[in-house]
Order: sequence, then structure tokens, then C-alpha cells
Amino acid sequence: MMSELIRVGMADYKVGRSPASLISYGLGSCIGIAFYDSSTKVGGLLHIMLPDSSQARSNENPAKFADTGIPLMLNDMIALGAVKTRIVAKIAGGAQMFKFANATDIMRVGERNAEAVKAILKDLNIKLIASDTGGNYGRTVELKLETGVYRIKTIDKGEKEL
Amino acid sequence: MTDEILNLSADQLDALREIGNVGAGNSATALSQIISRKIDMTVPKVEIMPLGDVPDVVGGPDAMVVGVFLRVYGLAPGSVLFLLPRDSAFYLIDMLMGKERGTTKNLDFMDESALMEIGNILAGSYLNALSHFTKLTLLPSIPALALDMAGAILSVVLVQLGQMGDHALVIETEFLSEDDGIRGHFFLIPDPGSLNTILAAVGVK
Repeated sequence: MMSELIRVGMADYKVGRSPASLISYGLGSCIGIAFYDSSTKVGGLLHIMLPDSSQARSNENPAKFADTGIPLMLNDMIALGAVKTRIVAKIAGGAQMFKFANATDIMRVGERNAEAVKAILKDLNIKLIASDTGGNYGRTVELKLETGVYRIKTIDKGEKEL
Repeated sequence: MTDEILNLSADQLDALREIGNVGAGNSATALSQIISRKIDMTVPKVEIMPLGDVPDVVGGPDAMVVGVFLRVYGLAPGSVLFLLPRDSAFYLIDMLMGKERGTTKNLDFMDESALMEIGNILAGSYLNALSHFTKLTLLPSIPALALDMAGAILSVVLVQLGQMGDHALVIETEFLSEDDGIRGHFFLIPDPGSLNTILAAVGVK
């Protein structure tokens, strides 16, 4: 039987349990943050666009930002039975798709996203066990809740499992 | 607070559609001259949609596309993005290089350069029309190119919009070649403050 594939959109997050998989397509400068508790096989995938909700004019959707999205997903996972001290994180994305000589801050948002996510995970005492960020190419990410494997697909940079 | 673009009047949306029409008409003519073929364009769509839905316009976030991206400088800054499904881009290269259809299977340095130049010409003619219409000086940056997933390429502009709200105003035109072999999408995405400048310049409230 095929296990359920749950799609996570941009500025969105989903939590679930084994044997489902969580997938998010076509990340550029965005980051896909995967949380997993291997004992309960509960996990979550969050697709953030921006590092910091306090710097944005509109912050109605908490899942758009690293600082507001991460705690939200964490709480939903705990509600599903995950235990915070067992949760580990893997992240992917944060590319800079186009290179410009005079890259403004917004062009470097991928890098700033990655930095922000790492700092927030540290603050929350969540261990970051693998990351695949940067570069100038898109990524599709899939978290398999049966195993906790985080699969990264690209167009011409191959596939890898974190 | 809600997105300011959700409060645009019907007249304002009409004005934006007309701007898209004039600009895209100019671009379509330019493209048709380059490849010596008739190019049809659709009536521009002016749509306000949730950010996450924008990649669906070009076949979903994991569709493989070639994107030529330019920043627009001047009094109404913004971004221009020309997206071609991968196969359309290959066919366009075949035509430009005088090769048989189906020859191009990946992009080499020359092909990329040619596509960037096409993006440059299209954006230039689009912005010319827009400048003329609004009397605002608008200048394109040098183009940048990527062959990748639509979602990843679009994220460049969606992230900018994401700082201001959860919706995108997309002025979009589809180009079609006579034999249907080329489909391109041309997006003009004004920076948040620029929309008011453009609307004020054409005198629509």
C-alpha cells in the first residue's frame, strides 16, 4: 500500500506520523525545516520564506517566518505525542537563485534564512543534525516519517538523503 | 492589516491590465522579429493571488523552467521575470541557432547567453512601452538566467512580496508561437511602493 504523501506549500507547515511522508516542492531561497522524533515517528515539515517576522510589514501568517513558524510546528508535534528533547532537525534550501553584482539584502535572503533558522534551533535547544543549504539551485524536499530520512532532490545536482 | 493590493478598484485593475497589454504587445512584436515567426499573446491577466499559488500559473512549483530575471530601476522599481517551460526554451534555441527542432537537449554557454539576450530585449521593449505610457523612467538591470524548478525561481520575487503581505499582484501574459511550440510567461511584479506610483502616473484612482 502506498503511504500518504502530504504536500506542504510555501509559507506553510504540516505535521504527521509514520508511515506518511511530508513533501515540499521547488524551494529556492526558502528553507524546508524537518523535525523528527524517532521514538514516536512523529515529524513535521515547515517551509519558511523569511527569517524574521518583526522585520516584515505583514506578519499575519506565522508559518512564513523562521522565528514564528518553528515554535508553532514544535507545539503541534508535541500535541501529536512527540517529546521535545527527542526531536532533531534537518534543514535544506536557502539558495541564491540569481547572482547579481550588487546583490541587495533581499537577494541574499537564502543565506539570512539559514542563519536565522540555525540561531532559533539553538535557542530552542533543538539539535540540528544535518543541513544542505546554499548554492544557486532549487530543491524539492521530502521527509519520510517511517525512517526520518530527509530526501533532497535537485534538477542537475543529484539526489541526496540527510 | 491586510494587503493593500486587495483594495484595488476595478478601474485600477483595468489600468494595470492595459499596461500589461501595451507592454506585452511590444515584447511579442520584438520576439516575433527575432525568430521571424508569428507570436500570439493572450490578453494579459491581472490577478491577485496567494503567494503560494503563483507557481501553479506555470505548471506547479516543481515544473522545470528557464527563468530570465531582471530588476527594474527608476521611479517605479520592480522585477521582471520571463519564464519558459524547459522544452519551449530548447525549441527557441533550435530556432535561433538554425537547428532542427529537438536538437537542443541542454543549455550551453552560448544558449544561455542567447536566452538572456532575448529576456533583455523583451524586458526592454516591455519597459519602453510602460515608460511611455506612464512617463516614468524605468531601466532594466542586466539579465540573470536559471534553469530550475518554477517554485525556486519564483521564490526570488515571492520573497520580496512576502515581506509586505500574503498576496501577489501578477500582471501576466502568455506568448504562443504559431505552431504552439513555444509558450512563455512574462511577469511584471512591481515592488510594493511602486504600484501606487504607476497608478498615480496613469491618473487612475
